[in-house]
Amino acid sequence: MDQLIYATEVLLNGLMTGVMYALVALGFVLIFKASGVFNYAQGVLALFAALTLVGIQQGQIPFAHMINAMFGTHLETFGWTVPSLVAILLTAMVMVVLAFLIEKLVLQHLVGQEPIILFMATIGLAYFLEGLGDVMWGADIKTLDVGLPQGISETIEGVTADWFGYGFFIDRLDLWATAIAAALVAALVAFAQYTKQGRAMRAVADDHQAALSVGISLRFIWVMVWSIAGFVALVAGIMWGTKSGVQFSLSLIALKALPVLMLGGFTSIPGAIVGGLIIGVGEKLFEFLIGPMIGGATENWFAYVLALIFLVFRPQGLFGERIIERV
Amino acid sequence: MIYREAGDFKTGYREDGQTFPIKLDRWAYYGVLAVAFGIIPFVINDYWASAVLVPFLIYAIAAMGLNILTGYAGQVSLGTGGFMAVGAYAVYKLMTAFPDVNIVIHILLAGFVTAFVGMLFGLPSLRIKGFYLAVATLAAQFFLVWLFNKVPWFYNYSASGQITAPERTFLGEAVTGPASSAPAKYLICLGFAFVLAWLARNLTRGMLGRKWMAIRDMDIAAEIIGVNPLGAKLSAFAISSFFIGVAGALLFAVYLGAAEVGEAFGINKSFLVLFMIIIGGLGSIFGSFAGAAFLVLLPVLLKNLLVGSLGWPTDLAAHLELMIVGALIVFFLIVEPHGLARLWALAKDKLRLWPFPH
Amino acid sequence: MASVPEEGVVTPDGRQIGGVLMEMKNITLRFGGVVAVKDISFDIRKGEIRAIIGPNGAGKSSMLNVISGFYNPQEGEVWFKGYRRGPMKPYEVARLGIARTFQNIALFDGMTVLDNIMTGRLNKMRSGFLAQALWWGAAEREEIENRAQVEKIIDFLEIQNIRKTPVGRLPYGLKKRVELARALAAEPQLLLLDEPMAGMNVEEKEDMSRFILDVNDEFGTTIALIEHDMGVVMDISDRVVVMDYGRKIGDGTPAEVRGNQEVIDAYLGVAHD
Repeated sequence: MDQLIYATEVLLNGLMTGVMYALVALGFVLIFKASGVFNYAQGVLALFAALTLVGIQQGQIPFAHMINAMFGTHLETFGWTVPSLVAILLTAMVMVVLAFLIEKLVLQHLVGQEPIILFMATIGLAYFLEGLGDVMWGADIKTLDVGLPQGISETIEGVTADWFGYGFFIDRLDLWATAIAAALVAALVAFAQYTKQGRAMRAVADDHQAALSVGISLRFIWVMVWSIAGFVALVAGIMWGTKSGVQFSLSLIALKALPVLMLGGFTSIPGAIVGGLIIGVGEKLFEFLIGPMIGGATENWFAYVLALIFLVFRPQGLFGERIIERV
Repeated sequence: MIYREAGDFKTGYREDGQTFPIKLDRWAYYGVLAVAFGIIPFVINDYWASAVLVPFLIYAIAAMGLNILTGYAGQVSLGTGGFMAVGAYAVYKLMTAFPDVNIVIHILLAGFVTAFVGMLFGLPSLRIKGFYLAVATLAAQFFLVWLFNKVPWFYNYSASGQITAPERTFLGEAVTGPASSAPAKYLICLGFAFVLAWLARNLTRGMLGRKWMAIRDMDIAAEIIGVNPLGAKLSAFAISSFFIGVAGALLFAVYLGAAEVGEAFGINKSFLVLFMIIIGGLGSIFGSFAGAAFLVLLPVLLKNLLVGSLGWPTDLAAHLELMIVGALIVFFLIVEPHGLARLWALAKDKLRLWPFPH
Repeated sequence: MASVPEEGVVTPDGRQIGGVLMEMKNITLRFGGVVAVKDISFDIRKGEIRAIIGPNGAGKSSMLNVISGFYNPQEGEVWFKGYRRGPMKPYEVARLGIARTFQNIALFDGMTVLDNIMTGRLNKMRSGFLAQALWWGAAEREEIENRAQVEKIIDFLEIQNIRKTPVGRLPYGLKKRVELARALAAEPQLLLLDEPMAGMNVEEKEDMSRFILDVNDEFGTTIALIEHDMGVVMDISDRVVVMDYGRKIGDGTPAEVRGNQEVIDAYLGVAHD
């Protein structure tokens, strides 16, 4: 019985991790649908957003490290702090500028290339952004606090203690993250379904040429999509950054979104969510049940191996469309 | 004027099919070999061996391996680091279990072990393609690193979790362990790189190479004209992994001497080798060497320039390196997807007609 | 029905048309609920040029894909060289001696013309992995022998000057020719051509027609082709199968087919009253 209660707690925690995975995966799906680019840099985008947010919040001087090295100065901060909300808005603007630059400098020149070339280009982009983030803001681990509640939720602990005689440990941050992620997903779906830009975005996703021929600006849509993806990355960066500090490993956590997508199918928003939940719950349960027997830390690979095995049997993912081969 | 093919007539298909059809290229090749085998071993010092030449040769082997899989057979893999770890741990287990057997045999056996593991992880390639497969190879990367980290048998229950190469000799010279000299390390790596490059060249110019390229360029058509996709893909995975396993074994045993799996064979290693073949040139043996040279030299040069001359902090130089490498990858993919090898060929084409281009 | 007797005939221009090479018996092919090919039977004789024609969507390409083994029909039997052919992998069909070209050119763009055509000979080359890796006697000898064969085809199709050019850089008409060369390199007993003249101008069509007739004449290769240009089909083929809406509506010599009322209706439409 105790085992079952523990497992339930693990399951709940897994669901919440899964929501976070789904959040990053959403960024991938958006870009993939609209431009056919499998954006490996999505994770680094989240890292970059979180670094920028902390930097702006704490009034750091961008590139201070490099300027100091070049001119022998000792610059560090402007000496002010920026309120969280303003900092988030400024970061969002930075992400839009970044989206514009990526479209201008990279994507525009790779139109019509094979998907795998685009994929490798985004790996290069990921390296560049990681280096840029570090050069701009320094590579030390930073704490991020935008005022989200943290710590164990006593309400839940109390309630569950009454019910089961055992209080569940659930982080309030996870609860908030779940709520925010759900709201974001709903907003994105509404945007895609009910706005003019959303329709244009779906049209581009379906057929670039056809979309162009009815007067949709491909470039505008791409900048928009990358901006949205940047914004999603920002939200993901805030969540993960608050939880475990802003550091390089953040981009590796975001890498988990890849197996999530392989489960869910690259083109499906519900797929990203369900895939995220499956992976989140799966890896936590596996670690809880099987992990101790084989040395632990199975979270490092479980998601990938699960996705690999799954793909062998269903190559198009849970919700992806079946590919028919023709000659 | 000197570099030309006019007058260099071929009278048989054998001559027409040779690796360097142009005379000057052949001479240049023999010249490079003469310097590499005849001169460098006598002048090499520890700095050059450990900072440039030994890592260059080892990464060139790994890059050839990945190039066979990705550049020739078109299957993108992000599991190179994991496969290198297989080679390293296989050679370590073999070296410690059979101390009397020659180290060269152990390194080759490590290659075969890796080939087997590579084939195992290559099986899904029959069902999944493109970046689905690329992501699937991440499973190999993360699983293998975890495995070598968590199962003490692999590192002989050492307290630190590290593996350390004991001293082994080849032809009376120590090539592994702390007592090994710079020329010995260099020569054993050079020997492997030379022989493997020759094998890679033969495989890629023959029917097997054509089958790989056919699968890469249009897999359905390849199958209809008679290429068995199972055989072509699995052979690419096996041979590629053999090269990568040998590279991993050399990296650990000859170059590093001691290794911790997550640090030495993490995902960054996979990307490093992938970048080498993108910059060097997909589908080119020469490109594998060029790309390895480029990415081994770049950090050394940057460090000398930024840290040595300008006195910048090391971490800043490392971050700038990330930016430069990333930007270069994007640049090469946009401007010249065939990398340095293609630029080199273009330069030679120009030279061939110089000074009368019309 | 077809007017060629069982034992074969000699055509007016002196070519030998022999017994049955391939026979399709009551083939039905469905994709989900869509019936692409419905209960079709016909045969292909040794040495003949057999055309499959019909309006768009008639099921010609599906039929060709059944012959080439890319699709397995739900009903019916495929007989080749006197044996019933079960479901097979495409590369196994290639080994039986069936080669083809594609409607939308399917060449290996990253390889040279020479390598593309050499790939067509892969079932002729036997040297093992080790021999190839070491480029030992047998492997090199085999490579050179096969190269000589390929050079014959290159001469035949008059593409000597583009031998070492990567295929991706060639114009459309030449690509079609290289594709034909690659199929011929396999020395097939049955050659399938899927719209060999699609998108060509008159001159290129004439060249291609000449090559097809020469291949049939000089190598004695049996050819089955799909083509839209009626003039070409009537000129070069010995017998024609006409399809419409997945059914066979005519079969016979060009002259017979031309006079068939159902065929005329299918092409010109029928007046509904």
